[in-house]
Amino acid sequence: MGSMSLWEYANPKKFLTTSERILPFFWAAAAVCLVVGLIWGFFFTPDDFRQGSTVKIIYLHVPSAMMAINIWVMMLVTSLIWIVRRHHVSALAARAAAPIGIVMTLIALATGAIWGQPMWGTWWAWDPRLTSFLILFLFYLGYVALWEAIENPDTAADLTSVLCLVGSVFAILSRYAVLFWNQGLHQGASLSLDKEENVADVFYYPLLVCIAGFVFLFIALVLYRTGTEIRARRIRALATRTRAQA
Amino acid sequence: MIALLMRDLRLAFRAGGGFGLGLAFFLIVTVLVPFSVGPQSQLLTTIAPGILWLGALLACLLSLDRLLALDWEDGSLDLLATAPLPLESIVSVKALAHWLTTGLPLVLAAPLLGVLLNLAPPGYVWVVISLALGTPALSVIGTFGAALTVGLKRGGLLLSLLVLPLYVPTLIFGAEVARRGAQGMEVTTPLLMLAGITAGVIALLPFASAAVLRVNLR
Repeated sequence: MGSMSLWEYANPKKFLTTSERILPFFWAAAAVCLVVGLIWGFFFTPDDFRQGSTVKIIYLHVPSAMMAINIWVMMLVTSLIWIVRRHHVSALAARAAAPIGIVMTLIALATGAIWGQPMWGTWWAWDPRLTSFLILFLFYLGYVALWEAIENPDTAADLTSVLCLVGSVFAILSRYAVLFWNQGLHQGASLSLDKEENVADVFYYPLLVCIAGFVFLFIALVLYRTGTEIRARRIRALATRTRAQA
Repeated sequence: MIALLMRDLRLAFRAGGGFGLGLAFFLIVTVLVPFSVGPQSQLLTTIAPGILWLGALLACLLSLDRLLALDWEDGSLDLLATAPLPLESIVSVKALAHWLTTGLPLVLAAPLLGVLLNLAPPGYVWVVISLALGTPALSVIGTFGAALTVGLKRGGLLLSLLVLPLYVPTLIFGAEVARRGAQGMEVTTPLLMLAGITAGVIALLPFASAAVLRVNLR
C-alpha cells in the first residue's frame, strides 16, 4: 500500500486529525455556495413565463432530491467496505449519513408538495417519482431504526450493512414496479417531471452552485457526525474500562 | 431438512394460535373493509383485489415475529446452527414452513372472502393464482426480516418497519395481476414480474437471511 492510500483513513485517529483539518474548508465552501447560489437563484433570476416565481423552489428541490439518492448510494458503498474490509470508520460514516438522507428526502418531498400545490393543483399525486421518494423515505427510516435498536456496535454495523445491500436491490425493484404500476393506472400521465430537460441557462448556473453547496454541506456534516460517533464510542469504551477497574 | 420441516409444521399445528391466527386476521380485515368504506357493491368490486392482497400481506406480517423468535428463546436455533445442515437450508425450510402454515391457507381462503367483497367473477382465479405465486415471496422476505430482528427484545414493530418497504414490489405486481384479472385485462406482464420476484427471492435471499442470522447468533 502506498503512503497516500485512501485506506489510511480507516484508522480512526488519522481520520479525526485529517477531518478536523479539512472540515473548516468544507463548512466555508458549503456556506459560500449556498448563500451565493440561493441569493442568485431567488433574487437575480427572472420568473418563469408559465410557472412564475414558483420555479425558484428548484434551488432547494433538485439538490435535496439528488442528495437523497446519492446519500443512499454512499451508504451502500460504505456498507460494502465494512463488509469486505471491516473498517469501523466506514460503518460509522454510513450511520452518520442516514439521518442526513432522511432530512434530504423530507426536504425534497416538502418542497415538491409546496411547488405542486399551485402548479398541479394538488399537494400530492401518486406519480412514479413522488412514490419512489416516499418508498426511499421508508427504507431510510427502517435503516436508522435498526441502527438504533441494536446495542452491540459491530452487530449493528453488520446487520445494517446487509439491510442496506438487500434494501438497495428492493429499492431499485420498487422504482421499476412503481413505474409499471402508475402507467397501469393512468395511461399517459399528464404530469411531466422532466425538469432538467427544459431548464434554461439562467436557472441552470445558480442551480449548479446550489447543488455544489448541498454536496459540500453533506460532506462537512458526514465528517463531523462520523467524528462525533468515533468520540462517543471512545467515551463508552473508556467508561466501561473505568467501571471494570473500579 | 424434511425432519425440520415436519417439526416446524407440528409445532405450528399443535402450539395453537399461530396456525389459525393469520387466517382469522385475514377474515376480520376483509369483514372490516365494508364497514369502513360503505356497503356499495360497485365500490367493493373495484377495490376487492387490492383488499384481498393487502389483507393477505398483513396476515403474513402478523406471524413473522414468531417465525424464528420461539426457536431463539428456547435455544433450539443455536442447536440448528451447529447442525450439519447449512444455515441457508434452515432458513429456507423455515420460510417454507411459514408459507405452508400461513400463506397457503390464505390462498385457499381468498376466494371465499372474495364473495364477501363482491369480487368480479373473472377475478377469482387470478386472485388465487397471484396469491399462490406471491405469498412464497412474502414468506421468504419475511424470514429475512425475522432473522434481522431475532436478537431484539421488542423487535415486533421494527420488524414491520423493515419488512413492509421490502414488500412493495411484490404487492404492486401481485395486486396488479389480481386487479387486471378481475377487469378481464391482459395479465401476462405483471404475472411474469411477480413470478420473477418470487423466483429471485427464493434463490438469493436465504443467503442474506443466513448471513444476518450468523451475526445474531455470534
